[in-house]
Amino acid sequence: MPTFDAIIIGAGHNGLVCAAYLAKSGMKTLVVEGAQYPGGLAQTREFHPDFHASVAHTISHFSSKIIRDLRLQKHGYKKPNEFLPTIGMGENSEHVFISDEVTGCISDKDADNYKSYEKRMRRLAKALAPFWSETMPRVGNNNASELITFAKLGLKLRLLGKDDMHEFLRIASLPIRDLLDEHFESELLKASLSWDSLIGSKIAPRSPNSAVLTLLYRMAEQSRGRHIIPASGSKQLIDSLCKAVTSAGAEVRCSAEVDKILVNGNREGLRTTGIRLTNGETISADHIISAVDPKQTFLHLVGVDYLDIGFTNRIGRLRSDGYVAKLHLALDGMPEFTGLDKAAGRLIIAPTMDSIEFAFDEAKYGNYTEHPVMEIVIPSIYNHSLAPDGKHVLSAHVMYMPHNLKGGWTTEAHAIATQNALKTITKYAPNIPDKILGYEFLSPTDLEREFHVTGGHWHHADIAMDQMLMMRPTYEAAQYRTPIPGLYLCGAGCHPGGDITGLAGHNAAQEILK
Amino acid sequence: MITIDPYAGERLKLSPFYIREKELNIRDAWSAWNGYKFADYYYDAEYEYFCIRNQCGTYDICPMQKYAIQGPDAAAMLNRMVTRDVDKIGTNRVGYAVWCTDEGRIIDDGTIFKLADDRFMLTCGSPCTAWLRKSAFGFNNLDITDVTDEIAALSLQGPTSCAVLKKMGLTGIETAKPFDVMHFPFHDDTLMVSRTGFTGDLGYELWINSGRALTMWDELYDAGADYGIQPYGETATDMARLEAGFIMPYMDFNEALKTVHFEHDQTPFELGLGWLVDFEKPHFSGRRALLKEQQTGPKWRLVKLDIEGNWPAIEAIMYNDEECSEEIGYVTSAMWSPAVKSNIALAMIKSEFIDGELWAEIYRAKELRQYRRMARCSKSTKPFWTHTRARSTPPADY
Repeated sequence: MPTFDAIIIGAGHNGLVCAAYLAKSGMKTLVVEGAQYPGGLAQTREFHPDFHASVAHTISHFSSKIIRDLRLQKHGYKKPNEFLPTIGMGENSEHVFISDEVTGCISDKDADNYKSYEKRMRRLAKALAPFWSETMPRVGNNNASELITFAKLGLKLRLLGKDDMHEFLRIASLPIRDLLDEHFESELLKASLSWDSLIGSKIAPRSPNSAVLTLLYRMAEQSRGRHIIPASGSKQLIDSLCKAVTSAGAEVRCSAEVDKILVNGNREGLRTTGIRLTNGETISADHIISAVDPKQTFLHLVGVDYLDIGFTNRIGRLRSDGYVAKLHLALDGMPEFTGLDKAAGRLIIAPTMDSIEFAFDEAKYGNYTEHPVMEIVIPSIYNHSLAPDGKHVLSAHVMYMPHNLKGGWTTEAHAIATQNALKTITKYAPNIPDKILGYEFLSPTDLEREFHVTGGHWHHADIAMDQMLMMRPTYEAAQYRTPIPGLYLCGAGCHPGGDITGLAGHNAAQEILK
Repeated sequence: MITIDPYAGERLKLSPFYIREKELNIRDAWSAWNGYKFADYYYDAEYEYFCIRNQCGTYDICPMQKYAIQGPDAAAMLNRMVTRDVDKIGTNRVGYAVWCTDEGRIIDDGTIFKLADDRFMLTCGSPCTAWLRKSAFGFNNLDITDVTDEIAALSLQGPTSCAVLKKMGLTGIETAKPFDVMHFPFHDDTLMVSRTGFTGDLGYELWINSGRALTMWDELYDAGADYGIQPYGETATDMARLEAGFIMPYMDFNEALKTVHFEHDQTPFELGLGWLVDFEKPHFSGRRALLKEQQTGPKWRLVKLDIEGNWPAIEAIMYNDEECSEEIGYVTSAMWSPAVKSNIALAMIKSEFIDGELWAEIYRAKELRQYRRMARCSKSTKPFWTHTRARSTPPADY
């Protein structure tokens, strides 16, 4: 039986980041991945002959520390110089363009307010930034270094100055609508600005909870929340991570689906000993690190027999229903959006905050709206390998499409959702239907199946007050260690959460190497 | 005119034995247990207690929670829930068990009847459905049914109990060892009898489909007429169980899930139930917390006390000396024991004081006037009262 120091389950970006750190520090490391290719939701797949796309279609706040530590640029990752502007699409062909400043169809007052709003948010994001790349303290059982983390957070906030600190405490759990209503007039601008505080979670502009924190999390890096598409897409990042892993001496094995995490029990208690693959092969290791979501990790790979009842039920109760579907279109040429010179940027089809809220209302009750809201990019503008010459790929995150759809994601439900999304896009780009060569619509259920992620949830579990920081995924597993010695978590279900940041993988590796 | 009872859902449920019991409950001394109307005593609690010790008595345990747990995952689910090793309970045997929170605090105690490899009955004092549901989460081949209302159960306790059952026609009942389960044909049905009880005496518990409850009662009382059979209630039970050193929920321990104050619940080690915690079993819920507690020692210990004098130490506070220098614990159950002829009690004592002097501050009212006395206590490690008849098989005929 082959033996390793560490086995990482899942070659998503967090699994790869964790593996690279461990291998770099001399641990004999193996990454096993059930899919054919590494990358998880960031992998690039062919969805129509010669047309490719990845579910995670842009990168926004991938950790620059990880890029440096793992020398990803040496391994082929190249950050483009330009950020994608965010373009709010109005219903009457009016637009707002959001980058360092906002332009387009807005008042001077909004443009001015944006400057102060953005500056304040940037300061808050900067204050919080260190905490996303640190292990959160354990509640009620603090050693000195954990207490220091608490103290640092307090100090960081205090150093913001009284105004910013008060403002942070005031807005931390505010519905994003309340915050934006305070600052701006333009519905289109507000809807577009709210987008990044919402997407991926079961939350809408009127929901109090984690919207503001999510926004600040996404603004943490130097990119300040702006998105990029590298010249060869998300694939470039994944490829460079794979190279970092392999050049540090570790191995990435794809098409190796894990059936069980092996746990051995004796008088001293439990300990993981290795993994068993679905083909029956067993591999042993001292450390088993799961980048798979917490529900699958504990409820299926470990099995409840080895877990306490209260803990098991907390994992079982994690809210992990995905609400984002993915639409990929293979297009015969560049789509033309009415009133836009070029579809270069991140196009937000959500003309008002109400349009987002109403779409969410349907989803809350297990339905989907006829008028979905969405984020569109044409990644083939930046990454020419995605489509044949002269052809293009349209990639859209479509909200709110509940995983837990009433009646299930039947063929009919799937077809209607696809039509609704296409109809919505066509309103803004009337020539699109004539250009469609092929398409793929991935409901959260499809994402769950294709990518082995519970609920098809981007973040493995909602980013919400009760499921973040030292509560993510739940206490007793929030410091990357789990109740079973030898078993660790390193995926999006851990602090700090989802998106392509690599931080969960980074933080887990630091804990393991302690 | 049809009158609708506005309190229909609020009224106490009646046990399948109620029709017979109400004739015998000449004091109308009823209280409630799990929503059932339930006798405190029928005629006189002490009289009933002496029936248990000298002849035999019946105690209605229909209100006790009963769950049928079956399916291929039943054993695994129970094994992960309770602290003892369920695999070591043989078929047609009964095991006493406790189950704990992740923190190792006792949720409840009860008995597990193993009826087949994949078929169990779990009994406990109060509803446990929510915890069972949580315990079953993650097991797929499992069915849990609350059979409290479907199964009527009657405890028959006392020296003549075996003789009564033999006379009733339960041939071979004398071969049942303590914690054995036997099944007897009974009017096209099956009567299950377990050699179990809550009195520390020779005794059995009879389990029958509710529809046959009265037939069983009548045949049992016919058979028992010459053996002094009498019904007894909660008060006599409480006396007998304390003499046997058995613990009672809400008296000697608090159910962890219903406890508000921090650590006002207990662990198995605190209650002297360490023998129920099987660390040879690689995992059960609460194991990590309990292993830690085993290493560091429990904060409190439940001890059996023999108290000087004859004032029952009911609700007494415990001190480390006669001057009450330090409060070290509290009495949970206390009585003057007629069988042992001594003043007995169970008390929770902080572990660090367990080996020192133990004093109970006892209050007692005499004709409305309160008196106080400090009484020296000594620990006893054995049950206050035992009798060989409780263990011998076959039991001697009385």
